[in-house]
Amino acid sequence: MSATAAVTTALQEKFPQVTPRASLDHEAVNVPAGEVLAVLQFLRDDRAYDLLVDVTAIDWAEGVSPRFTVVYHLFSTTNHGYIRVAVNCPDDGAPAVPSASGLWAGANWHERETYDMFGIKFGGHPDLRRILMWDGYPHFPLRKDFPLAGIETPLPDAEVVAETGAKAIAAPMVGGPFVAAPGEINLTEAEPRAKDESWNEAREKPTQR
Amino acid sequence: MATEFSFPDTAAVAEFETEKMSLSMGPSHPSTHGVLRLQFELDGEIVTKCDPVIGYLHRGDEKIAENMTYNQFVPYTDRLDYLAPLANNMAYAIAVEKLAKLEVPARCQAIRVLTAEMARISAHLLGLGAFGIDTGAWTVFMYSFTEREKLYKLFEELTGARFTTSYSRIGGLQRDVPEGWTGRVNAFCDQFLPILEEILGLLTRNKIFMDRTVGVGTISKADAIAYGLTGPNLRGSGVGLDLRKDKPYSGYEQYEFDIPVGTKGDSYDRYLVRGEEMRQSVRIIKQVIAKFPDGPWYATDARKIFAPSKDKILTSMEELIQNFMLVTEGPQMPPGEVYFEAENPKGALGFYVVSKGGGVPWRLKIRAPSFCNLSILPKLCVGSMVSDVVAILGSLDFVMGECDR
Repeated sequence: MSATAAVTTALQEKFPQVTPRASLDHEAVNVPAGEVLAVLQFLRDDRAYDLLVDVTAIDWAEGVSPRFTVVYHLFSTTNHGYIRVAVNCPDDGAPAVPSASGLWAGANWHERETYDMFGIKFGGHPDLRRILMWDGYPHFPLRKDFPLAGIETPLPDAEVVAETGAKAIAAPMVGGPFVAAPGEINLTEAEPRAKDESWNEAREKPTQR
Repeated sequence: MATEFSFPDTAAVAEFETEKMSLSMGPSHPSTHGVLRLQFELDGEIVTKCDPVIGYLHRGDEKIAENMTYNQFVPYTDRLDYLAPLANNMAYAIAVEKLAKLEVPARCQAIRVLTAEMARISAHLLGLGAFGIDTGAWTVFMYSFTEREKLYKLFEELTGARFTTSYSRIGGLQRDVPEGWTGRVNAFCDQFLPILEEILGLLTRNKIFMDRTVGVGTISKADAIAYGLTGPNLRGSGVGLDLRKDKPYSGYEQYEFDIPVGTKGDSYDRYLVRGEEMRQSVRIIKQVIAKFPDGPWYATDARKIFAPSKDKILTSMEELIQNFMLVTEGPQMPPGEVYFEAENPKGALGFYVVSKGGGVPWRLKIRAPSFCNLSILPKLCVGSMVSDVVAILGSLDFVMGECDR
C-alpha cells in the first residue's frame, strides 16, 4: 500500500491540483481536465504505468454538476499495479477532455466508444467517429436521460428507408431498473412496473429530445 | 498469335498507376469470425488502409446492467465471450465481491479456477480450429471440436447448460460439483494431453501452415503495449504479462504453471502461445483436483448477497424473507468503485463497477479484451495481402459478442 500511496504524493508534488479519489481497491486520483495529459504522461514515463487498460466515463445524472467524469485505468506491466485517473468534464452541456491517443495508440478506440456512448468530445483525437452505433446516430445511449427502452430513430441508409420505411423503433417494455424501490410503503409505486417506459393511452410514447 | 508477348520496360511500369480499390470484408464473412466488417482500401492485393467497422452485435449490455440488480446481470456475462462463459461469470463475480468486500471460501475459489481453466481449453480449442480453417487446415477443426464436445458434456453435468452456464454467482456458485465429477475431469485431462499433441502436431511443423503464419502480422512489443493488447496476443509479442501470475486472484498463486511467451510476435507465435497455454491449463486443473479443498462452496456470511438454498426458503421464514429481498431489491452494496480484471482466454476481461449503494450498479463498464485486441487492426493489416488478413484475424482470436457488448 505504501508503494502505491507514494504515487499520489509524487503526483501531488508535481501537480498540486491533483487530489486523492475515494476508491475501494486501487489507488485513484482526481485530475483537472487541463492537466490530464501531463499526469498520464508522467505516470507512463516516470512511474511505469505503461498499459492503458481502459478509458470510460460515468454520467452522474442530469442536473448534477459536474455531470460527466472520464475515468482512465492504467496498469504497469513491470510493477503490476493499477491506478485510476478520474477527470471531471468542466462543461456539463458540451463535455470535453483532451485526447490521450497521442500517448497510447489504444486510447483511440476507447475514446471513440466513450464519445459514442456519452457524447464526450476528446480534443485532438485523430478520428472521433462513432464506433458501436452507426454514423449519424443522434443520441448518446449511456447517458442517464436516454431511456432503457430506446428512442425511435431513422435507419442510417436512406435507400433502405425509402424502400422499406423501416426504422429503429424503441422496445415497448417495462423500463428498468427491474428492482423494487426500497423503503416505499406504496407498493404500486415501489414495484418495477412503476418505471414503465412503454406507452399506452394514458402515457405517451417518449419522443426524441 | 501474331505478336509475341514482351514485358513492358520498367520505366513505363513506374508511371503506370493503378486505381485504389475499396473492398468490404464482412459483416458476414466466414473468416471474420462473427459480425466484423473490414473496410479495405487496396492497391492490387496489398492492403493500404483498413478500417474495422464494429458494433453489429452491440446489445447495450452496460445500459442493461444499470437497470437490473447485480445478481440479475450474471447471465448477461455469459454472452460476452460466449466461448468461455465460465471465465466471464467468475470475473464478474469477483469484481462485485470486491465491491462487497466479500471473501469466498477455498472450495469455491478452487472450483472457479478449475472451471475457468476448462473454459480456457475450450476457447483455445475453438480458436485453434477456426485458425486452422482460416489457413486451410480443416482437420484440426474436427479434432478440436471433438474435444470441446467432451468439455461441454462436463459443463452440462456441472451447470445444467452446455453453453451459457451462469455458474459463478456473487458470493459463491450456482451449486457444488456433482459426485465424481472431478474424477471425470481428471480422466478428460489424461486422454486430452496425447490428443492435444496430435492436434498441435498437425500444425506446428506443417509447411503450409508455417508459410501462412510465420512472419505474418508481426506485432512489436511496444505496439502490443501501446494498443492495450492482453492475453495470448500480448504474450505472443514477448511481454510476459499474465494476471494469473502477476495479480493473482481466486487462489491462482497456489498453483504451479508457466507463462509461454513468444519471441517474434507473428501469427505463428500467437498460435504457439495458445497451444502451450492449453498444456499449462491441464497442469493447473490437475493440481486443483489433487488438493481439492472441502468446506462450504459459497460465502456463508453473505446472507444479504447470496441466495439461500431452495429447501431453506420453503421451510424457514428468515430465509424466505431474505430471498424475497434479494429478488425484489437486489443485494445491497456499499457505495464506491472497484475495477477488477481477470485473465480470460482472450485477454484481460475487466469490470469497472461504480456503486451508489443499493442493489443496482450506477455504472458497469466492461473492458473487453477483444475490443482492445482488434483496435490494432488498422495498423496491423496495412501492407499485407488480403489473404494474409485472414490469417491475422485467425491468430488474433477475438469474439464479437465481447467486442461489441
